[in-house]
Amino acid sequence: MLAVVKEGIGVDSVNATGRRGVHQNVVVSFRTFAAITGSGFRRYATYRQATFAGAFTNTVFGFLRCYVLLAVADATAQGLAGGYDRAQLATFVWVGQGLLAVVLLWGWTELADRIRTGDVAGDLLRPVNPVLSYLATDIGRAGHATLTRFIPPVVTGLIFFDMYLPRRWVTAPLFVVSIVLAVLACFACRYLVNASAYWLHDVRGPMIAWTLGSGVLAGLYFPLRFLPDWATLALWVGTPFPSLLQTPLDVVVERDPPVVQAGLVALQAVWVVLLLAACDRVQRRAERKLVIQGG
Amino acid sequence: MTVVIAAHGLRKEFTVRVKAGRLRREKRVVAAVDGVDLRVERGEMLGYIGPNGAGKSTTLKMLTGILTPSAGEARVCGLVPVPQRTRLARRIGVVFGQRSQLWWDLPLRDSFDLLRHIYRVPAAEHAVRLARCRGLLDLDEFMDTPVRQLSLGQRMRGELTAALLHGPEVLFLDEPTIGLDVVSKQAVRSFLAELGASGDVTLVLTTHDLADIERLCQRLVVIDHGRVVHDGSIEALHARYGSRRRVVVDLDEPVGEPPEGAVVESDGRRLVFTVDGPVAPVIARLAALPALRDLTIVEPDIEDVVTRLYLSPDAP
Repeated sequence: MLAVVKEGIGVDSVNATGRRGVHQNVVVSFRTFAAITGSGFRRYATYRQATFAGAFTNTVFGFLRCYVLLAVADATAQGLAGGYDRAQLATFVWVGQGLLAVVLLWGWTELADRIRTGDVAGDLLRPVNPVLSYLATDIGRAGHATLTRFIPPVVTGLIFFDMYLPRRWVTAPLFVVSIVLAVLACFACRYLVNASAYWLHDVRGPMIAWTLGSGVLAGLYFPLRFLPDWATLALWVGTPFPSLLQTPLDVVVERDPPVVQAGLVALQAVWVVLLLAACDRVQRRAERKLVIQGG
Repeated sequence: MTVVIAAHGLRKEFTVRVKAGRLRREKRVVAAVDGVDLRVERGEMLGYIGPNGAGKSTTLKMLTGILTPSAGEARVCGLVPVPQRTRLARRIGVVFGQRSQLWWDLPLRDSFDLLRHIYRVPAAEHAVRLARCRGLLDLDEFMDTPVRQLSLGQRMRGELTAALLHGPEVLFLDEPTIGLDVVSKQAVRSFLAELGASGDVTLVLTTHDLADIERLCQRLVVIDHGRVVHDGSIEALHARYGSRRRVVVDLDEPVGEPPEGAVVESDGRRLVFTVDGPVAPVIARLAALPALRDLTIVEPDIEDVVTRLYLSPDAP
C-alpha cells in the first residue's frame, strides 16, 4: 500500500491501495461499523437527565404492571396465569421494563424527521449504506441502554419482588442472542415505519398505529400467552411483534422446554433476516423516487 | 484539461397536484431542470446562480447522486452519480448552507474522527488535512463543543472541514454563506479562495450572494426556469447585457454644455457618464475641464446585471 500525502487539503494525495483482499475489506468494513456503533453509544450518553428520567419512569410503571399481573395470578385456582407462576410473572415484568428501552419500542423518529426536513440528503451523501449506518448507530444506542436503562428496573424488581431466576445453563446464551435479535428486529420495524415518510412525508399516522400495535402485540401490556393458543401462534408466526419482547422474556422465564426456547429464538432470527431485507429493499425503492425536501 | 463534471440534457420533472375543484385535484408536471448542459474542468471555480426555484439545488442534487434525473445524462469524476453514488461520495464533498451534515449530539472532534472511518481515510492523511483546516478556519476553540451548541458561523466552518477531510476532487457548495455575518462570510470566502487557488479542487458554488461569486468564481453559469441562460465569465455577462462602467465627475461650478459622451445624470455640479470600451480617452477628455474637482470610475454592479437577467422575459 502506498500513501503519499502532501500538505494541501484537496486531492493532492495519492492513495494507491492496490488490490485489497476480501479479508482486508471485511476488516475495514467492520471498523467502520464499529466506529458508527461507538458514535451511537456516545450520542445517547450525552443525554444523562433523559436517561435517568426514562429509567425512573420505567421502574414506576414496573410496579403498576407487576401488581396487576400478580393479582391476575392470585385470582386463578393454581396461582398460574397464562402458564406463568408469580415469580415468572415478576421476572417477565421487570426484565420487560428494562428491555423496553434496549429494543426501543417507541420514540424513534430520527429517520422520518430527516426525510421530512430533507436532512436525509446528508445520509445519502456518505459512502455507507444508510440502513447499515442507522443499524450501527442503533446498536450503539442499545449498548448504552443496556447499561443505563436495563439494569435499574431489573435490580428494583429483585429487591422488591420474588423474581424467577433461570435454572438451565442454556437459557443464558439463548437470552443474550434473543436480546440481540430483538434489538435488530425492533430496529428494522422502526426503520420501516420511519421510511414511510419517503412516501407520506408525515409519519404521525403510521407512528400512532405502530405505538398502539407494538405495545399490545409485542407482549408489553400483557404476556401473549394470556391469549388463546391459536391467536398466540398466529401472532408469533405471522407477525414480527412477539420477536421484539415476548420471545426474550419467555426465554428468560423458561416458560417452555429448551427445544421450544431455541425454536422461538430461531423464529426471531428468521424475522430479523426478513425485516432487514425489507429495509434494504424499501430504502432502494425510496431512493429511486426520492425528492429531497427544501432547497 | 480533464473534464470532471459533464452533463448533457439534464432534466428533472416533478409531479405536483393542483386543486381543480372542491374534491378534484389535477396532476401537473413541472420541469425544475429543463435540459442543462454543463462541462466543468478540473480546478475550475464555477458560480451557479439563478433566482429562487430556478433549479440550482436540483441540479446539484442530481450531480451528487441523491436525485434521479428524469432525462439526460451526467458524469462526475467519470462516474454516473445515481447508480454509483457510494463510490462518488468518496470523491466529492458537499456543503449545504441550510442543513447540517455533522452529528448534532457529538463534538466536532468526534464528528471528524467518525468521518475518517466512514470515508476510510488513513490516519496520517486525515491528521494532515485536519491540521490544515484547523489552522485556516480557526477551529481549535470549539473542537470539543457539541455541534448543537455551535454558532452558525462556527458550524459552517465545521461543515467545510467535514466536506474536505477525505480529499474530494469536487466540492459542491449550496449557499455556504447564507445567514452568516460579514466576518464569517469573509472567513469562508478567504478559505474557499485559498482552496480554489491551489487548483486541486473543483468548486461548484450556488449562492444568492453575488459577492461570493465576484470574490471566488472566474466562470458564471446562470440558470432560470431550469435552463442555462448564461455560461461564461462575469465580464462576458456584463458585455452581453450592456452593463458599462460609469465615470462620475464632480465640478466646482456647473458647466453649460456637458462634454461629449453619454451622460446619464447631470445636476450641474455632478455629471455621470457611461463608458463603452476603454475608459482612458474619456478621462483624458474630462481632465481638460477647467472646473474639475474630482473624478471617480465606478465598475458595473453585478447585482444590477443579474437582476436584469432574472427579470428579462426573453432571456435566451
